[in-house]
Formats: sequence, C-alpha cells, structure tokens
Amino acid sequence: MMNSDYAIQVKGIGKRYRIGAAQERSDTLRDLIVSQVGKARGIFQPRRSAARSDHNHIWALRDVSFDVKKGQALGIIGRNGAGKSTLLKVLSRVTDPTEGVGELRGRVGSLLEVGTGFHPELTGRENIYLNGAILGMRKKEIDARYDEIVAFSEVDQFIDTPVKRYSSGMYLRLAFAVAAHLEPEILVVDEVLAVGDADFQRKCLGKMSDVAQQGRTVLFVSHNMSAIQRLTEESIVLDKGKVLLRAPSAEAVDFYLNRGLSKLGERFWEHDEIPVTAAPFRPLAIRLLDKNNTVSDSVRSVDPITIEIEYQLEAEITGLRVGYYLNTSRGEAVFTSFDTDPHDLFNEYTSRPAGVYLSRCTIPANTLNEGRFSIGINASAYRIKRYFQDDQALSFSVDASGAPGTQWPEPRPGAVRPALDWRIDRKGPHERV
Amino acid sequence: MATVDSQTANQTVVLKPAKGWLGVDLKELWYYRELVYFLTWRDIKVRYKQAALGIAWVILQPLITALVSTFVFSRGLKIDSGSLPYPLFVLSAYLPWHLFANSLTKSSSSLVGNANLITKVYFPRIIIPLASVLSSLLDFFISLVILLIAMVIYKAPITLTALWIIPFSVLAMIIALAVGLWFSALNVQYRDVQQILPFISQIWLYITPVLYPINIGSNPIFKAIYNLNPMVGVVQGFRWALFGGTQPDATIWISGAAILLLFISGIYFFRRMEKTFADVV
Repeated sequence: MMNSDYAIQVKGIGKRYRIGAAQERSDTLRDLIVSQVGKARGIFQPRRSAARSDHNHIWALRDVSFDVKKGQALGIIGRNGAGKSTLLKVLSRVTDPTEGVGELRGRVGSLLEVGTGFHPELTGRENIYLNGAILGMRKKEIDARYDEIVAFSEVDQFIDTPVKRYSSGMYLRLAFAVAAHLEPEILVVDEVLAVGDADFQRKCLGKMSDVAQQGRTVLFVSHNMSAIQRLTEESIVLDKGKVLLRAPSAEAVDFYLNRGLSKLGERFWEHDEIPVTAAPFRPLAIRLLDKNNTVSDSVRSVDPITIEIEYQLEAEITGLRVGYYLNTSRGEAVFTSFDTDPHDLFNEYTSRPAGVYLSRCTIPANTLNEGRFSIGINASAYRIKRYFQDDQALSFSVDASGAPGTQWPEPRPGAVRPALDWRIDRKGPHERV
Repeated sequence: MATVDSQTANQTVVLKPAKGWLGVDLKELWYYRELVYFLTWRDIKVRYKQAALGIAWVILQPLITALVSTFVFSRGLKIDSGSLPYPLFVLSAYLPWHLFANSLTKSSSSLVGNANLITKVYFPRIIIPLASVLSSLLDFFISLVILLIAMVIYKAPITLTALWIIPFSVLAMIIALAVGLWFSALNVQYRDVQQILPFISQIWLYITPVLYPINIGSNPIFKAIYNLNPMVGVVQGFRWALFGGTQPDATIWISGAAILLLFISGIYFFRRMEKTFADVV
C-alpha cells in the first residue's frame, strides 16, 4: 500500500466516541451495574434500548483520507469540534481509529501540547530529561542537545530550580525548547503556538519554519491563519469530522474563513478560541454588511459596505480602541482604522464600562477595487495592552461591476478604486498649450 | 550531533482499529526502556519532596511497623514466633509484603495519575504501571539494609541461602504488577477501584502470614486453598531464605500457578483496555 515518497498515508479513518465518554470522569461500578440491569430489562423493551444505543455514539472523524509527501508541511484547519484534535490523536497513536487504516513512515514526534509530563517538583534540568524521554528522545540525544535546549529556553540561571518556581513564561519557554529540539522525521503539532506572549510566539514560529524547511514532514493544526499560510504549502479543511477541501493553504484558509464557518461574511469566536490574556475583552462576532444591511461575503465596489464588530467587556477598560486592518488577499495592507479615530468618539469613550458593544464602520461606496480582501481585528489600549488580535478574522470579495472604468473589461491594478473627479477641458480648436 | 538510530529511522507505524487480544510487544518495550527508567526515577525523586523528613521516611516506615507490631502482636496478643525474635520475624515478612503492597497501590492508581501523558503522547502504556512497581524497589532496598542491621544486632546468622530472597522479591513484584495491571486498567473506567483497594490490601495482609506464623493445621484441602494466595509462598519463602525453618513445599506450585494465571490474564486485559484509555481517562 505504501509508496515510499509519502511520509503519511491514511485511508478512510474514522473515530467514534461514546457521547460523554471523554468528559465523564467518574464512571462508577454503580453506573455499570445500573446499565447492565437496564440492558437486562431491555430484553422486554427492545425498542427503547435500540434507540438509546443509536444516540450514544458520535463520529468525531469519518472517512478521512489523505497523504503527505515526505518533507511536505500540511496544515489542518477547521472549527472547534471539527475533528482536528482527534485526527492528530489518531496520527500520533494516542488513540486508535475505529475504522480505516494508515501508515506513517519515520519516527513520529507529536506535540499535542508543550510540557507534557513536566513535574513541578523537578528542576529545569531534570524536566528536560524527563520530558525529552516522554517525547521519545533517547538519553544520548538529549545529552547532545542539552546546551542548545537551555540556550533556546533562556532559563540557564534557573536550570537547577524546581520548575514550580518558574514564571509561566519561563515554564513555557523551557517546555517549548525541549519540544523544538525533538527531531523526528514526522512532526505533528497542535496549536502549541497559541501560548505565551507575542515575542515568544514569534520565536516559536521561527523555529517551526526552520523545521519545515529542513525537509521534515510537518502536520500543523492552528487557528492562527497567518501561521498556517506561512508554514504550510497545502492545507486540509475539516468540518464535522470530514475533509471538505484540500488546497494550497491560501485558498484553504480563504475557504475556511468563508464557508467553514457558520455564515458567509460573518465570524464568531468560540470561548476556547479566545486567549485568556484577552480578558476582560471578549470578541463575539465580526460581520460584513452590504448596502441592504444583509450579512454577505461579496459586496459591490459601488455600494457602501459596513463592518460590524461585536464584543463584550467583562470589566471596564480605559483607553480601549477596537478596529480592523484591511489587507488584500496577497497580504498588502490597504488601511487600518479604529473606532475612536474620530475625535468626538475619542473624547466620548475615554473609558468603556462593562457591557456588550457594537462598533460599526462604514466604508464609503467606490473605495475598494475588485478582488479579495481580508480583515484582521485588533482591540488594544495604546501603549498599554493589546487585548485581542486576529489577523484573519474575515475575508470577502469585491465586485467592481458598474464602477468607474469598467466600460473597459481590463483588470485595474491597485487595491482601491476610488471614484475620482475628472475634468476634461477643451481649450479651443487649435490652441497650443 | 546525535543522529536518529537507524533502527528507528525506517520504522513504519501502522494505524488500524484495535481488534481482539494482544500480547506485549517486547521489542517495542525494549525500545522504550529509557522511558521506564525516567518514569521510575521521577516517581522516586518526587515521592518525598515537600516532606519535612524527606527520604528519612523510607527508614522510619519499616522501623515504626516493626516496633508497633512487636508491641501489639508479640507483647500484647502473645503471638508465638518460635525461636525467632518477633521483630526479625515481622520485618522479614514485612519486607516482601510491603514491596508488594506498595507496588500494588502505586501501579493501581498509576494510569489515572498519569492521565496527562496518556492523552497526549504515545508509548506502550504498560510502562506506567511497570515504572511504579519498580519505583518501590528503593524503599525495599533501604528496608533490607535495616533488616540486615537488625539481624546483626540479634546475632542471627546470615547464610548463602539468603540469596533466595532475590527470586522471592521478584515474585512479589510480578504479583503486584499482575494485580496492578488489572486494577489500573479498571481504575481508568471505574474509580471505585481506588476506594476498594485499601480494603483489599488489608484483607490480603490478614490472609498472608506476615504478622503470624504459618501453622494452619494439616488439612490438605484447606492448605491448598490457603496457598492459592500467591503472597503466602513469597512471604514464607522469604522467611525461610533468611532464617530457615519451614521450607516451602510442593504447595508453592499452587502459588506459582496462581501467579502465572494472574499475570498473563492481567497483560491481556490491560492490552485490551489500553485502546480506550485515552478516550476514557
């Protein structure tokens, strides 16, 4: 079955869970006895028990097939609950598939979280060895990379201190450092970059792209769409446990942002997509509205369009500004705007008490050229704190029909297409300028 | 720069639904031997951290046990330990018993205690109960030194027969692992195991000749049933190896068969349940 050009081949992988099996931490013998008695009774009530067993299971993955060439980096994107984590768990052999087969050629290193098995009572040095061994490194490999790991983590002064005394930043740096020096042929990474501060995230991303460039096979799950686009050439989009699309990452991201979500032109943030550091700011939704105030992902250049950001403040924030970046699909910045840019609003909203807010911005008609655009949102207090940022909150397309110049069916370069005033004066029949 | 072992570089991992009964992949277990070492080392290292007396507990526990049981059973209940001083009598049985009970307790709760590993990383799951059984060895060795000192104090001769304690200790660990495999796997699904375990340990202690000598009459049927408890053979054998006396007779084979049955069934049960650990724990 295996073609040696491929590092990963899976066919028809499915994973079925008993509903609640993952959460129910306190299965007890009593439950078992009760359910056995229930089953015995079921003999006399066959209809009811059959109906029950049907609803007791859920397919977290169904009929998932794909392959990854050696040295390729593949992104996996999808909403929460789409099956991404389950897929990674199956691929890293944490759990077995219910159906289907797969082959992975090469040593698999899976990073479903950083710092797996770190023990708070042990020192940094001891945890490097313990964590390395858990991740599948041999002692001599850890010995060989020990200095690099310590240097990368920047905790060398505290290396003989129990990690329970570390700050959360130091802890994460050390944990990531060990993981980053694991050198398997196939690396399976889940969202580990969603932790830590911006600097640390940049460092991690840098290390990840090194890994991808070293010709190792990488499977990368993330909600960070720009990271997906930077690190992977191709991505698969998962939804409800099925592969919806496999495409070059830019296309897949676009598809996901528009179709993979609940509605076109609208994006909601689930609770677990919001980093804890965002509190007390909580993004709820961003929407794109056309001239009829209908949510849409495709608008016309000749109509005004409205961008609506809905969010909740769990506590009062002073100096908050909520706004967005508008970029072309190629990543060129078009403009940036915040809701307190206008002077009157700036003076009125020096501080916002807790509550649910809606910040709306209208982009006048005849602003954007045809093409695809993406919106990133940002909520921050200038020079104090960045509460929340999502560089790929939404994307949409603009249709230029009817706009000035469309009498010639030629593409016009540029991100904007303003309706500018032109005057043509005739200075007389033969007059020379 | 370290390179990946050639043995692992070409390894192919096959994913497929788990079906039927599986044995233990010894080759894979050997590949993960360092992880066994590191987990054992972690368990030992962490156990007495944050305890004011630290590692001293390892010495205090057998001493206190010997002292208390000497007062209660020898002075109080007048249990006759024969020619053997009661402290030696009880320590010699306490050693293999404690190795067993400790290993059993730790291995039974080991999977649940390491749930964070099970849900995030792959390795042969059997390593977890195995490492917790091995980590009890440190206490055992220290207790052994105490016993030897006690033997010198009581002027008990130390003979070559004493080397027999090695196989009997290994046997105690195998029994603990066998039962631990059952209990740890059951505990993943049914936390009741953790509640029942102290009672099982206690009852098991009473049906093992740790605190009292083995003179249970000559009824062969009763003797055979009594010997179904594999710890009877271990404790009796341990005492015999150190001090002579009642040599283990043919009934030890009953213990042996019981151990073998427990161990093999434990492995198979564990391997069968293993597939669902990450989903259920």
